Amino acid sequence: MKKLKTLTVGLIKENPVLVLVLGTCPTLAISTNAVNSLGMGIAASAVLLGSNIFISLLRNIIPDKVRIPCYIVVIASFVTLAEMVVEAFAYSLYQALGIYLPLIVVNCVILGRAEMFANKNGVVDSALDAIGMGAGFTLAIVAMASIREIFGSGTWFGMELPWLINNNISIFTMAPGGFIIYGCLIAWVNKISKGQAIKKKEFGCEDCPSAAACGKLAS
Amino acid sequence: MDFKLLITIMMSAVLVNNYVLRQFLGICPFLGVSKDLKNAAGMSIAVIFVMLMATAVTWPIQIKLLEPNGIGYLITIVFILVIAALVQLVETILKKYIPALYTALGVYLPLITTNCAVLGVTIANINESYTFIESMTNALGSGLGFFLAMVIFSGVRGQVESSKPPKSFEGLPITLVSAALISIAFYGFNGVIEGLFGK
Repeated sequence: MKKLKTLTVGLIKENPVLVLVLGTCPTLAISTNAVNSLGMGIAASAVLLGSNIFISLLRNIIPDKVRIPCYIVVIASFVTLAEMVVEAFAYSLYQALGIYLPLIVVNCVILGRAEMFANKNGVVDSALDAIGMGAGFTLAIVAMASIREIFGSGTWFGMELPWLINNNISIFTMAPGGFIIYGCLIAWVNKISKGQAIKKKEFGCEDCPSAAACGKLAS
Repeated sequence: MDFKLLITIMMSAVLVNNYVLRQFLGICPFLGVSKDLKNAAGMSIAVIFVMLMATAVTWPIQIKLLEPNGIGYLITIVFILVIAALVQLVETILKKYIPALYTALGVYLPLITTNCAVLGVTIANINESYTFIESMTNALGSGLGFFLAMVIFSGVRGQVESSKPPKSFEGLPITLVSAALISIAFYGFNGVIEGLFGK
């Protein structure tokens, strides 16, 4: 039962994008198109799964003082692996994701889960957490991309939708649309949970999971 | 040297392809540290500084060391480690030799390691196959663009903080919506480069 909870908590209740507000950069940048978002979600989830398992296995070996650089090396290795796989088997996705593919390495969902979960829990729990969080990330980014693609270009996963295709609101797929939709989605989550879900009112470095990381790296 | 090309790269990095408002890189500090002008300016100057340093170090590593040896695919791992080590080194050196600069930038430096704008600009320079001078120009332009966005946004934040939005929009959502408005303003720069310098 506890394992099931670990798996599902990332989907809605602690959704990394909409509730924990992590990984904002790829969420805003890639979500103009549902297909690319799905690709990004899967790539990031795969990296998250790999790094969570690996870091959980190594959690008793890595000295506490240098743990953040170690995590970064592990994550960067998996990102390089993911880059190669995507380049080999989905070249159009590789070109569409462009610079955001190597930038998965600084996606704070991944470093955040390593720091908050994988270094304290066993391999099975960490893997389940990674799957749940990865699915939550993918769900949020695809949901956002669907809104932007349907209204912005009148298509969904490349399928043309009647009426909307001729009446698209192109600002949705441009940069400002990303900010607006993201803001509205967070406000909507706030509304349906009556402000329970999002505990932090402010978005500052203190709340960022990498804040501890940055501090540790410095000292 | 093609001076016109350098100015084009610079202007397009500052205005048209602004890293924060157009390419969504470095959103965390943009939303997190933009509350007052002093912090916003300090953070952005630190970002400009680190972007220039990181480009000056990573470009030769990739072009002279990794690519000739056929290990260019290690770019992601090497760059993030080099940047992390570099930031650490710069902090130590500043602390020891230039304490005045350290007190101004010191607090922001460690936060920059995981800033995607810095890693982004170094990788973008390689992807665009810029020369060394062009890479440095691009880094400076991207940094200045970040500075511009941060300073403008900190002014807007001041107004937003004193307003009273609907309850569910309080905090982060209203900040994102106001960022969208700044981003729309930056769309006004579309075509400026072609207009000034020709295609």
